[in-house]
Amino acid sequence: MIPLNWYLILGAALFLLGMLGFFLKRNIIALLLSVEIMLNAVNLTFVAFSSRNGQISGQIFVFFVLVVAAAEAAVGLALVIAMFRNRETLNVDRSNLLKW
Amino acid sequence: MIELLFFLFSAVALGSAINVLVQKHVLYSSLSLILLLTAMSGLFVLMQAEFLAVINVIVYAGAIMVLFVFVIMLLNLPPDEGGDDRLRWLKLIGIPMGLFLLFMVGRTVWNVEGTPTAPELSGTAQAIGASLFTDYLLPFELTSLLILIALMGAVVFAKKDL
Amino acid sequence: MIEYLSSREFLILFVKMIAIFGGVMGALAYTTLVERRIMAFVQMRPGPNRVGPYGLLQPIADGLKFLFKEQTVPGSANVLLYYAAPILSMIPALLSFAVIPFGPELLIADVNVSLLLVFAITSLGVYGIVLGGWASNSKYPLMGAMRSSAQMLSYELSLTLSVVGVLIISNTLSLSELVRSQQGTWLGFLPKWNIFLQPVAFLVYLLSGIAETNRLPFDLAESEQELVAGWHTEYSGMKFAMFFLAEYANMVTVSALATIMFLGGWNGPFMGGPWWLQMVLPTFWFVLKIAGFLFVYMLVRATIPRIRYDQLMYFGWKVLLPLALANILVTSFFVAVL
Repeated sequence: MIPLNWYLILGAALFLLGMLGFFLKRNIIALLLSVEIMLNAVNLTFVAFSSRNGQISGQIFVFFVLVVAAAEAAVGLALVIAMFRNRETLNVDRSNLLKW
Repeated sequence: MIELLFFLFSAVALGSAINVLVQKHVLYSSLSLILLLTAMSGLFVLMQAEFLAVINVIVYAGAIMVLFVFVIMLLNLPPDEGGDDRLRWLKLIGIPMGLFLLFMVGRTVWNVEGTPTAPELSGTAQAIGASLFTDYLLPFELTSLLILIALMGAVVFAKKDL
Repeated sequence: MIEYLSSREFLILFVKMIAIFGGVMGALAYTTLVERRIMAFVQMRPGPNRVGPYGLLQPIADGLKFLFKEQTVPGSANVLLYYAAPILSMIPALLSFAVIPFGPELLIADVNVSLLLVFAITSLGVYGIVLGGWASNSKYPLMGAMRSSAQMLSYELSLTLSVVGVLIISNTLSLSELVRSQQGTWLGFLPKWNIFLQPVAFLVYLLSGIAETNRLPFDLAESEQELVAGWHTEYSGMKFAMFFLAEYANMVTVSALATIMFLGGWNGPFMGGPWWLQMVLPTFWFVLKIAGFLFVYMLVRATIPRIRYDQLMYFGWKVLLPLALANILVTSFFVAVL
């Protein structure tokens, strides 16, 4: 039997890696991928607690997180295509027309 | 035996997560993310959530990541060039601070009571379905509405001429 | 762990793995020969019959040819992905055989979500095609790969939805349980197969399966007249052989799933006899039914013309998907009422 805190530490480490990627990467698709890493870490934590408490609601929440990730990936990629069509680059630093 | 599998899957997960961040070409990053998703499915199976593990592969690795890979291939991007000075300073300070955050979170989490307080859970389709369609019926119907909205939004955003 | 590896049950498992893997690889090699002969007979010519009696050594000659061919890599190709794509195509194609029950005891892993597991593994097979087309860095493979993966994604939906009708009736996701629920007969002579309860689902599954494996009439992604050879244009030698084998393995997987879900799996009319016959007979019935499906695949390839890509997409999204959904509706209505 694997202790619960091992799973929680692994989830925390993955969340941290996703967060670092979100702050340090400049390519917008890489930002979307970092968000997916963070969502996966959250899924792991949900399932770990669900298996420890014996309730199925943790796994139901993972379903909803999955659905939200799918919707967000679809809309995000459509925005990426629109952005690429106008600007020819995917660097988020170049999209700074609204900066004062 | 089960600890060995846990270490194997978590090593693959951490390694592919680091690879997502390190690679310059975003296609290799998304392929590493697919590897991460399969490692996560392995971890779910270890926690007796086998239905969720398979759903993870079908939905996430088999559909969402294919969408990512399609967009990357169709846009035909060059690999990222190295960042400017500000980015280098950000990485130099950010990564140690991130590790410090992990240390603090880990210290809090380490003392969580780990022994199971309830009988063994089986993550079969029957168990998830019984709960999903009775207690959580309203969120389930709302997610279908959410997907419809996302579908319409994606179609409108990707059109050439609005 | 060492005591598990040297125990008797691991030895039995190992023997089963060798038997299933060897049988499947041999069957794949000879499926190529059977397909060429059947297409040749439909076209009124003899087909390969020179190498050995009735051409039975032809797959071995083909294998030797693939081994000895020169392995070329296009100059501007992405070498890592170019080498990885056939592997990524082959692994999911062969992995699904781990959960398919070839007999009452003859399966490697008895998972209780094995039907979904097979769908998950086949949905990972899209990556081999997409990466193979992209890594070759030339226009025919790229177009073929994009078309093929869009087609595979679209037909995966109607494939999985057509199966839900069967799941509503049999209440289980495990493949071995599905086979066991189809034992016995009604009225003494009609076997309890799901095809008599779900004919529409069977039709939708068959058509989606043919589209999913990129076979004629749905193979615009690799058609010879339009796209040279689709995503495996730039591949030669053993890498092409791996793509080729992966395609036939996908065909066999789809046929095996169709027999398990709709035609009763390893059940057959005559299961008695001496003990050695009883061990062999379930596998014999299973292989016979899969051979029937493969025969249908090859006849369809030899006779029906290819449909255009937009007609293909129309068919998948606007005909098969509503049919599968309507089937779910009608099935759940009948199950709730009766």
